[in-house]
Amino acid sequence: MTLSPSSIEQVIPGQGAMAQPSARARRRRFRFVANAKAATGLAVLGVYVLLAVIGPWIAPYDPDARSADVLQAPSARHWFGTTHLGQDIFSQILVGARSVMVVGLIAGVLATILSILIGVTAGYLGGAADEGLSAVSNVFLVIPALPLIIIVTSLVEQASDTLVALIIGLTSWAWGARVLRAQTLSLRRRDYVEAARATGERTWRIIGFEILPNLTAIIASGFVGTVIFAVMSEITLAFIGVSSMTSWNWGTILFWAQGQQALAQGAWWWFVPAGLAIALLGTALALINFGIDEFVSPRLRTGGRTRIRTADGRTVAMRVGFTPVLAPNPAPVPMQRPADPIGEDATS
Amino acid sequence: MRFLLQRVAFYLFTAWAAITLNFFIPRMVPGDPVQSLISRNQGRISADAVASLRVLFGLDSDRSLWEQYVAYWGQLLRGDLGLSFTFFPAPVSEVIGSSLPWTVGLVGVTTIVSFLLGTALGVGAGWRRGSWIDGLLPATTFLSSIPYFWLGLVAIALFAGPGSFFPSSGGYEPGLVPAFDAYFIPSALQHSILPAATILVSSMSGWILSMRNMMVTVASEDYITVAHAKGLSERRVALSYAARNALLPNVSGFALSLGFIVGGTLLVEIVFSYPGLGFQLFQAVGAKDYPLMQGIFLIITISVLVANLLADVAYLLLDPRTRKS
Repeated sequence: MTLSPSSIEQVIPGQGAMAQPSARARRRRFRFVANAKAATGLAVLGVYVLLAVIGPWIAPYDPDARSADVLQAPSARHWFGTTHLGQDIFSQILVGARSVMVVGLIAGVLATILSILIGVTAGYLGGAADEGLSAVSNVFLVIPALPLIIIVTSLVEQASDTLVALIIGLTSWAWGARVLRAQTLSLRRRDYVEAARATGERTWRIIGFEILPNLTAIIASGFVGTVIFAVMSEITLAFIGVSSMTSWNWGTILFWAQGQQALAQGAWWWFVPAGLAIALLGTALALINFGIDEFVSPRLRTGGRTRIRTADGRTVAMRVGFTPVLAPNPAPVPMQRPADPIGEDATS
Repeated sequence: MRFLLQRVAFYLFTAWAAITLNFFIPRMVPGDPVQSLISRNQGRISADAVASLRVLFGLDSDRSLWEQYVAYWGQLLRGDLGLSFTFFPAPVSEVIGSSLPWTVGLVGVTTIVSFLLGTALGVGAGWRRGSWIDGLLPATTFLSSIPYFWLGLVAIALFAGPGSFFPSSGGYEPGLVPAFDAYFIPSALQHSILPAATILVSSMSGWILSMRNMMVTVASEDYITVAHAKGLSERRVALSYAARNALLPNVSGFALSLGFIVGGTLLVEIVFSYPGLGFQLFQAVGAKDYPLMQGIFLIITISVLVANLLADVAYLLLDPRTRKS
């Protein structure tokens, strides 16, 4: 196979390469961006972040301003058409980007911090602390988060963006905590951690400098996953009319579109752009997560040539776990499989 | 057996946590949501019902929190979830009882079908890594990033409408009486096709991807190589050796993410005005009907716990190692 052994070593610790970051290893850190999926995701995400910052300034109209152009299809004056009050939908999308990104960021950061605190502590300490913390995170995992978020938010009159983000963050850390606990559990008996403990390092230093750096990829993918969930939840809350209606986000647009029977009136431009904006953001974040997954576990990579024609004209299918012999050898067995499973080839 | 008992104990603990959470949530409500209802319906509301609402919302402040908690449990065990504000004077348990079958039928069935179909496709995609199926993965990612309810809106805009086979709202033809007869069943099925397809399209890709990744990981295990070396057929190695083992993490992942999935799919009901729990929750939120909201949350949580337990039993049947000890 054409797998590069280096990237596995870099992320899965305890295989030696991690101990001395050579110049080559340092250069490979940028290989994450070289992954096509991750690069696409990051580029799209960059556009969204830019819109979140400058959106309210470049919006051609005030999103609340009513005009005489009532319920108009997209045109040169109104790129995404207008609502039943003559509000410009393009401006509403641009202005709404900030609220969506801010809620995603706050909820993501909060949930990630909680998941690190709870997951890593549980995994590292073990024993009764682990049992207790695991039980709590499993409870949060099993209880349906979205109905809970809806009910808690609906108790608050006109919940603001920050409050919505806090509620989402406080209820969505459990998945990350579970994954981090499992990984910490496998890290804490590694030789280099034992060595640090033997030299009398303090616990916070072992966790902060020996364990956390090796969890970076998992933390990052957990963060991205939480941001996806937070954005979806915020938009859902706005769509069903639970959160504050004073600020614009894409869910608010869908709320008015649904409430004013946009479907029955054939006003597709009212709900299609907001939905596509959400879907594109979700896709970008999911692509970044695939990039992280493939970076950590190169086997998952797609593409590449899977059929190779050898010099004497045979076609050999490449598959994970096999080491095909490509030499022009008219042997009775065309494909030699690794006979000894303990050998290095079999473990690829 | 020990595994199963442990799980049951955990689910009982979770149910207790959810009920306790449900006890505390309304106590954080500012003001008095019940008083206005009581004064509005002066004379029409029985003294028993007022007492039960007081217990639900912690308005009997002369009692200690512990006494309130005990009274709340006593009420729950009698199946008394209070009165619904929107469907006044129907009790919450009655409202939920009429909408639960719809949700179990729609969300329950589509969740399982989506898992089975997605897993089957994932087996194919993972075994033939690098084939054309991999090219479909970005498309499925896009579909799964769409909010369920928005996909429902688009589906209604495209497929439903005057004169279309697909009705745009409701669970059955208005005028029919819910019963197991030749008029009602076809109508109910016809109304569920579009919502079910919406849920399937957006929830399946997650299972395809996780199963594909598990297959790719399992395919490089030694026992797969051994199975090939024994000369077993490709099909047998793929299904009985690789898929059988790759399935286990996917089943436990299914159990864990049920809460997420059910929460999201319930929203499809809102768009289609499907008479299930999700639509009911939507109406309750709009009307600030706190007893109904809480009742629905409780029922959803307990249903998810039961589904989780069933998934654990399935895991037990699939993995002989858990049966050994």
